[in-house]
Amino acid sequence: MTLLSTSAQAVRPPRSRRRRPLGRYGLTGWGFVGPFVAVFALVFLAPIGYAAYLSLFRDRMIGGRSFVGMDNYQQAVTDPQFWEGLGRVGLFLAVQVPIMLGIALLVALAIDSGRLYGRSFFRVAVFLPYAVPAVVASLMWGFIYGTQFGLVGNLNDTFGLSLPDPLSPSLVLASIGNIVTWEFVGYNMLIFYSALKVVPRSLYEAAAIDGAGEWRIISSIKLPAIRSALVIATIFSVIGSFQLFNEPSILQKLAPNAITNDFTPNLYTYSLSFAGQQHNYAATVAIVMGVITAIIAYAVQLRGMRKG
Amino acid sequence: MTTSFTTGAAGSSPSSPGPRPRSSRTSPSATARPRRGRSARKSRRPPHTPLNPRPSIPLTLVTGVVVLYTLAPLLWLVVNATKSQRGLFDSFGLWFADDFNLWDNVTRTLTYDDGVFVRWFLNTLLYVTLGAGGATVLAVLGGYALAKYEFPGRRAVFAVVIGAVAVPGTALAVPTFLMFSNMGLTNTPWAVIIPSLISPFGLYLMWVFASEAVPAGLLEAARIDGSSELRTFFTIALPLLMPGTVTVLLFSMVATWNNYFLPLIMIKDPDWYPLTLGLNAWNAQAQTAGGQAVFDLIITGSLLTIVPIVAAFLLLQRYWQSGLAAGSVKE
Repeated sequence: MTLLSTSAQAVRPPRSRRRRPLGRYGLTGWGFVGPFVAVFALVFLAPIGYAAYLSLFRDRMIGGRSFVGMDNYQQAVTDPQFWEGLGRVGLFLAVQVPIMLGIALLVALAIDSGRLYGRSFFRVAVFLPYAVPAVVASLMWGFIYGTQFGLVGNLNDTFGLSLPDPLSPSLVLASIGNIVTWEFVGYNMLIFYSALKVVPRSLYEAAAIDGAGEWRIISSIKLPAIRSALVIATIFSVIGSFQLFNEPSILQKLAPNAITNDFTPNLYTYSLSFAGQQHNYAATVAIVMGVITAIIAYAVQLRGMRKG
Repeated sequence: MTTSFTTGAAGSSPSSPGPRPRSSRTSPSATARPRRGRSARKSRRPPHTPLNPRPSIPLTLVTGVVVLYTLAPLLWLVVNATKSQRGLFDSFGLWFADDFNLWDNVTRTLTYDDGVFVRWFLNTLLYVTLGAGGATVLAVLGGYALAKYEFPGRRAVFAVVIGAVAVPGTALAVPTFLMFSNMGLTNTPWAVIIPSLISPFGLYLMWVFASEAVPAGLLEAARIDGSSELRTFFTIALPLLMPGTVTVLLFSMVATWNNYFLPLIMIKDPDWYPLTLGLNAWNAQAQTAGGQAVFDLIITGSLLTIVPIVAAFLLLQRYWQSGLAAGSVKE
């Protein structure tokens, strides 16, 4: 439970200034928050509990459901398919997240600097892909990658090139990284930009009077001021990378040889459960994955909140 | 007090630095075309301070590269939605083919397979209306309660909800599916709508927003006047909460409109597919041997799928800002 309380600290809600004594309005408060809590219990807490229960059992054709203790977990941590998928999303995370957040930060700083012609156009245009469903984004990019009637094929035909196939096994992870970057760079940009907007402008003025240049102001004032936004965006991106499913799942039809059923841990869980009917083992892999994700997210947060 | 402005038509940096009387800033802009933003204001400082920067062409060009990257695929989609199957294969991807087939494509997309696309569109509307609408209602009620009422377990509610965000949503999918199938909910709209009702981010956003937008004094005054808590909420708090509510609604709308994984698991019957699943099914059909290749329909359908959400997005885009700002201010 330590994780829960500390993540709550990262985004601490504002304390109401006047603490009213309990009693008269306690019930009313529950009345307002009750519907949310009830549905939350049904779609969040109950499935977590149910997954934990499932992970301790095994269904067999003969004999039905039997208690197996930690056997499923033992199988999961020694499962090469699981580790391969985890390695793939780990590599994806190490390369894609810094690139995406870096571009997002640069654009946010550029817009915030007030040195752009047509600021609001830039803000909207970069954010626009966030409104595009992952299915449409993946199909669109998948066709563009295509050598049949995609842009890659066009370029090859027009200029007599032989560009490498973006959907080949060696390149497909990078191609997925490009799709995810395209989808979320604007979202992260807006998070950074919103954080930059609330930095008091007088700080910049004071720094300028002290002779600080643009870069010095960015490194000494702007970046520290939006630290928590950077941490939150990183955590969201890390969680998102570990959950990678939509894009590979859709591209699978276009590149069946490059994207296997165990390409990412989530694809693996999905195919175990819905193609293989191994619900218990799938639940176990999902829990292991959830624990690993939580640990990494927590580590990012500790690292991010450390002063200095 | 009049001052002669020398700002050029482009509204570029002032040509006369040096101190000016303060009152000269009272007139918003004396240029022929009033411009928004700081660039229009006459500066009293030398033009190179960070507070009064000169718009820079190189920086605009560099950022323009990112915009090209974000818009080019959408341009590709628009251009290729105007092509026939043959045009797709014969013409260059970023330019139009000889024939303009857009209206024909739209008609065929809407009528293919007895108009199943229209059915998917209506399903999506149903899921978005009930799912995102419900999520917004729950988040507004919950956020208001967390911000304005002291009740036992208040902190615990928040801690659990934020903690649950760290749990991968997709990890919950399999057990949720099994639970719902035991309840007989799978393959019905409810299987998609009920999980969509929870937006932890929305709850957090409304909490922050309600703390600042609804003064405690107003609520006290209403209580003293004998107004019931519900009536106070509807007549006093709700109007003040509107901007935050619209933001939460926008985020939930995009999330439900774009949802793929949840319906993929829960819904097997094509009659209940949302658009995203339908497009995916068409793509699968095009890639299987012997299936009818409907690339032109996939591309046109994709375009039709994003038009409403992009339109909503552009019309309401100022609300994104306020929502994300509320989420990022608090330490």
